[in-house]
Amino acid sequence: MSPASTPAPGAPAAVVTRAEYCVIACAEAWRDNGEVLASPMGPVPSIGARLAKRTFSPDLLLTDGEAMLVGLDGTPEGWLPYRQHLTMVTGGRRHVMMGASQLDRFGNQNISCVGDWSRPTRQLLGVRGAPVNTLNNPTSYWVPRHSPRVFVERVDMVCGVGYDRAAAAGPSATRFHRIPRVVSDLGVFDFATPDHSMRLASLHPGVTVEQVREATGFGLSVPDEVPRTREPTPEELRLIREVIDPGGARDREVRS
Amino acid sequence: MSDKTMTTDEVVSRLHSGMTLGIGGWGSRRKPMALVRALLRSRITDLTVVSYGGPDVGLLAAAGRIRRLVTAFTTLDSIPLEPHYRAARERGAFELMEVDEAMFMWGLHAAANRLPFLPVRAGLGSDVMRVNPTLRTVTSPYADASSGVREELVAMPALRLDAALVHMNRADRLGNGQYLGPDPYFDDLFCEAADAAYVSCERVVDTAELTKEAAPQTLLLKRSSVTGVVETPNGAHFTSCAPDHGRDEPFQKLYATTPYAEFAARFLAGDEQAYQSAVRAWHKEQR
Repeated sequence: MSPASTPAPGAPAAVVTRAEYCVIACAEAWRDNGEVLASPMGPVPSIGARLAKRTFSPDLLLTDGEAMLVGLDGTPEGWLPYRQHLTMVTGGRRHVMMGASQLDRFGNQNISCVGDWSRPTRQLLGVRGAPVNTLNNPTSYWVPRHSPRVFVERVDMVCGVGYDRAAAAGPSATRFHRIPRVVSDLGVFDFATPDHSMRLASLHPGVTVEQVREATGFGLSVPDEVPRTREPTPEELRLIREVIDPGGARDREVRS
Repeated sequence: MSDKTMTTDEVVSRLHSGMTLGIGGWGSRRKPMALVRALLRSRITDLTVVSYGGPDVGLLAAAGRIRRLVTAFTTLDSIPLEPHYRAARERGAFELMEVDEAMFMWGLHAAANRLPFLPVRAGLGSDVMRVNPTLRTVTSPYADASSGVREELVAMPALRLDAALVHMNRADRLGNGQYLGPDPYFDDLFCEAADAAYVSCERVVDTAELTKEAAPQTLLLKRSSVTGVVETPNGAHFTSCAPDHGRDEPFQKLYATTPYAEFAARFLAGDEQAYQSAVRAWHKEQR
């Protein structure tokens, strides 16, 4: 890897896009994770996971989306069929970043259906592996369009288990339960509050606290001083733009 | 040793309305679609279907053949939401046992091992417990050495099947089944969890042929857990069956965007051969 940490001579200092801040915020989820499987779902988390592996978390494992563990250049290094993937989950050697059709203040997530489960107004994917993920390995979330329709007071079907529901279910449920972060197109959120309710952890540059409040369907915990999501380094920007996502998938998922 | 080869119609003649049917594969991957199509040609209905759902579930749901579905999701992979499944759910067409995909796997393991249940952590705290009020928990008889806690876990009941349908790349006439793609999914468990298992495959070959070029661990199904073998070339169509064929993405898109009645009239009115030629004709029109 070239030591270039400054733009090429003569290159215009391109403005960092919102999508690129999102990539950085997702990548940071996998910092200091060690030798675990990074399971990103969606374009921006995938770019983030590959950026983390290329830079500060080189020990991460990645899949090809099917049953192979692959290096950054696609070289297979292992076999991970679904049955072994599930053991990686229950063994805790994985950090997944899932999507969410609905997400509440304690991190309960829904990807199953909208409306009454017995006869939904909108059938979605189903619970998939959200229950097993949330009780066994760190589970973060990615929401490309932060809105009150996603960040809701109550989810219609608890698929991914949040902090309140895990606590109510007892020590088997809380034993390995952890939601490190939620990343949206507006900011980064965590649950570092006394009652584990969602807190604004950082704002992406260009976003105001008011904007986040308006786009959130529940009362969000907001500290007096809200930090900004960190800037990408010039080398990270180069990797995102020229190596990992030259086709610009990130900008199609998050518009600036 | 007996020759277990049969036709798709012979397989269907051994199935009946009201039974619990496991269908192998995963999402839109290596589904026994020729057998599902044969089922659609029959009058068999009122089924309990157990599946990591893909277009198998979409088709059977659209045709009104499912009384109860056991699943963790239904998807077409490249098209995340299965439209025919969605429509059936939204009109309340069948009962649903919605469980997590790990719970599902342990349910198959329990059935294959003749156990009434297996303990899993997954499910606790989630609405899987609310929408399946018959699910129970068990308390571990063993205390954790450090915390002294005796954990409470979900007792995932065995998903015992009357019959299983799976699709392999190769099989011999005796019922030994081989997958050559990247993932076995849970097809061996489906067969072991079932009273009778029917295996469709791209090609029936001599037993010696199976390991001529492929490694022994590609031999996924043992003949002792297989009842019948059917050769159905392109039988997983339109789902993927690597390395024999990939997913037919344009055709899957057609399936996803066409009302079921219209799709069935054009593609499912005749037998498997008629289906395969209708697909070829459709592709020709697209050129």
